[in-house]
Amino acid sequence: MPFIPHTEEETRKMLDAIGVSNIDELFDEIPADLINERLDYVPPAMDEAGIRRLCKNSAQSDGHYVNFIGAGAYEHHIPAAVWQVATRGEFYSAYTPYQAEASQGTLQLLYEYQTMMASLTAMEVSNASLYEGASALAEAVLMSVRAQRKKHRILMPETINPAYRETTETIVKNQGITISNIDYSGDTGTIDLVQLNDQFTDDVAALVIPQPNYFGALEQVDELVDLAHKQGCLVIAVVNPLSLAILKAPGEWGENGADIVVGEGQPLGIPLSSGGPYFGFMCCTQKIVRQMPGRLIGRTLDAEGKQGFTLTLQAREQHIRRSKATSNICTNQGLMVTAATLYMSLMGPAGMAQAAKASHANTRLLVEKLTAIDGVEVVFNSPFFHECVLRIDTPMDDLVRAITAQGIIAGMPLGADYEGLQDCLLVCATELRTEEEMNDFALHLERIVSKG
Amino acid sequence: MTELIFEQSTAGRINNAQYQSGTFSIDDLPQALLRKTGPALPEVSEMQAVRHYTRLSQLNFAIDTHFYPLGSCTMKHNPRICNEAAMYDGFSGRHPLSPASTGQGVLSCLYDLQEILKDISGMSEVSLAPMAGAQGEFTGIAMIRAYHEARADDARQEILVPDAAHGTNPATAVMCGYTVKEIPTLDNGDVDIDALRAAVGPQTAGLMLTNPSTLGVFERQITEIAALVHEAGGLLYYDGANMNAILGKVKPGEMGFDVIHLNLHKTFSTPHGGGGPGAGPVGVSKRLVPFLPVPRIAESSGEYVLLDKNDCPQSIGRLSCFMGNTGILLRAWIYARMLGRDGMKRVADYATLNANYMKVKLEQGGFEMAYESRRATHEFILTLKKEKAETGVTAMDFAKRLLDKGYHAPTTYFPLLVPECFLIEPTESESLEELDGFIAAMEEIRRESIEQTDLVKSAPHSLPVRRLDDVRAARQLDVVWQEDAI
Repeated sequence: MPFIPHTEEETRKMLDAIGVSNIDELFDEIPADLINERLDYVPPAMDEAGIRRLCKNSAQSDGHYVNFIGAGAYEHHIPAAVWQVATRGEFYSAYTPYQAEASQGTLQLLYEYQTMMASLTAMEVSNASLYEGASALAEAVLMSVRAQRKKHRILMPETINPAYRETTETIVKNQGITISNIDYSGDTGTIDLVQLNDQFTDDVAALVIPQPNYFGALEQVDELVDLAHKQGCLVIAVVNPLSLAILKAPGEWGENGADIVVGEGQPLGIPLSSGGPYFGFMCCTQKIVRQMPGRLIGRTLDAEGKQGFTLTLQAREQHIRRSKATSNICTNQGLMVTAATLYMSLMGPAGMAQAAKASHANTRLLVEKLTAIDGVEVVFNSPFFHECVLRIDTPMDDLVRAITAQGIIAGMPLGADYEGLQDCLLVCATELRTEEEMNDFALHLERIVSKG
Repeated sequence: MTELIFEQSTAGRINNAQYQSGTFSIDDLPQALLRKTGPALPEVSEMQAVRHYTRLSQLNFAIDTHFYPLGSCTMKHNPRICNEAAMYDGFSGRHPLSPASTGQGVLSCLYDLQEILKDISGMSEVSLAPMAGAQGEFTGIAMIRAYHEARADDARQEILVPDAAHGTNPATAVMCGYTVKEIPTLDNGDVDIDALRAAVGPQTAGLMLTNPSTLGVFERQITEIAALVHEAGGLLYYDGANMNAILGKVKPGEMGFDVIHLNLHKTFSTPHGGGGPGAGPVGVSKRLVPFLPVPRIAESSGEYVLLDKNDCPQSIGRLSCFMGNTGILLRAWIYARMLGRDGMKRVADYATLNANYMKVKLEQGGFEMAYESRRATHEFILTLKKEKAETGVTAMDFAKRLLDKGYHAPTTYFPLLVPECFLIEPTESESLEELDGFIAAMEEIRRESIEQTDLVKSAPHSLPVRRLDDVRAARQLDVVWQEDAI
């Protein structure tokens, strides 16, 4: 019996101790007509050797592609030590640290993680993580509305990742919150300041600012933050954590900095894995920490005056507050945060800055190579960070199919989400892409475009 | 106490093995948008980092190191193969936005998991999108709301929740814009059906129920409850937290539930990881299928595809940027395939055997059960109110002393209905010796609490820290390290 240790003799002994003659009797409180042990679909059991073979085949059949998509998940180098240490059984198979004295490893690690994220974003507080980036934005929206009491409108630029907007809408739509779109400028690919100015009404709780934005373009964050604050709005920054090794931290945007910072933690040592598990991070100012959702670890003293770590501000949470909790969220993404903490420690500030710079330099090189092709051009004139929108004069579906057939994932087509960008592709080359791979991409693209 | 990583940091120390060689210009980026001073991340060698986090790991109790009978959490064995295979390059390296044609391998596994979950739950359709149990709950209640709205049945603004329910239930209902009405529980652990009858009506959107309940007993009147709610026009939500008790024995769909979520990190053994990631797939009856979240994995003439909002116009929408916690779903799928058809039922059988054995043995040892006359399901509740009255030793003291004896404590003070309680869930993976060891430790602690009360009240004594000051943690909030702050 896989994963069940009982011998027949032990089972017998246990049944005798209970005073029943067989296991079925233990289910005698369940109405008999509800018992149904028939399974029609579930196949017979496989042993480990068999399942390993099956998985190897499935994984292999997905092949190996050279990847030029970012669009919210990035293929960066992950030091070998990250997952070797993170999957130690003591981390991998522990649960939420309810018994603090028996969970100091996880708790101290999470406290260190919070400190690292606070420093990276230049914010006062970080929680112990949320599910992933898009739902973290939804939680930030809810948090801003709680902090702003009677204000229920959120200004959401078109330059946010469209999946973030959709996720936020799903999660907040039954709480009387209005999400207003802010257009982007067709020249710069960044928030249209003129249109934004008209949108500030008394009921606006927060302005969302992505940096870099979905197009890879850099927003004028200082002006945006000051503008929002002048209007009595909070600022929710949505940032790429690796970019913060070189880009200005949200806590330093404008005069007073962002109020809430969220984002996708995946670039910090988490494999792409078809979309998850990743983790979302959330940081904020001390002033609104009590409105924050999710687990928070605090440092305190034990009975002998020694330093120790424990879950704190639990009075915000569902297991205490029930229907009055800040969120229904029950856990964090512990294992992913363990990996990210290892990643940040192994890379250090210099290693992370170097990875960010190398990714940016690679994307610039890629853009240079691709735009040398007739019929390929850069769409926006703003500075970008490690991701860029290209207009390509050829039918996008055909292009994607033809390039994929060459073992290359070309980038993210934008037509489904943006009118007017039907012929546009969002491309990214992280530090892992070689010049040879870029040349290969350019070669195939040139062939396809010239045919088209 | 282990020094913080920041205290081991030396300015200018670089881990060169992880530092990409070369010089990379960022002269195209405006100065005003650049960082002036680097983040205060640790500057340590690779060995320092590895040693530090290895040492930290050793401060934890985990399933791999200790019996971990945390009630309602199903801390069963996490097979290593599940992690190994989920990390194969082909799985872990695939970008989520790659065309579906490049992911037929992973999608076939996920589709198979969907079908397996349909079979064991008796639901019409399953979505793997929710990333945790609480998000599964949110998804379920949002679908109930979308269903009523699609029928213009707008008067339904109330969700009924038994008072024994997990805190996420009422919190979820509120997130979906509903008000919550609590239904009391009878002394025997069943829902007070008269109170339920009085509570249902045209304002009822639905009822959220866990069965077996958080009280460690099977709700015997479930068919009657389902009929009551359905007759009033409400829908039934099944919180699958306790699915381990009935896996392969009872299908929630056949109990009358319209929507369910399953906690794969419980029933299907994916790692708890120090508090996540989880996965909380939802299953629905036919009438809720159009409202399932996107993306959905479907099969169309032998090819696996992802359905989006255009394919599912009534969908409640997207729950995350991509398609959920794929790597966790893969681990659950591997576990499910290793259990196979006969293994599903065996999980419930042996989880229930272990719990009932412990209940009887602890009862014989003089401990009081909250629901003495009832069978245990995969878990049961013990109350230490007698011990507290006699010696002043509380459930928390017992819990801390258990840590000294090498056992992770059961869930304490939940459910809130039972004073000084332990919710004990051994799971099917534990051996008889381990259960006997725990029982002996409980008896020993009771003896200690009479003869050496202070020893128990001041436990733990053998862990990295003594009992922690939670009040100080909340009052003098210290959540980000600063030198010399404590």
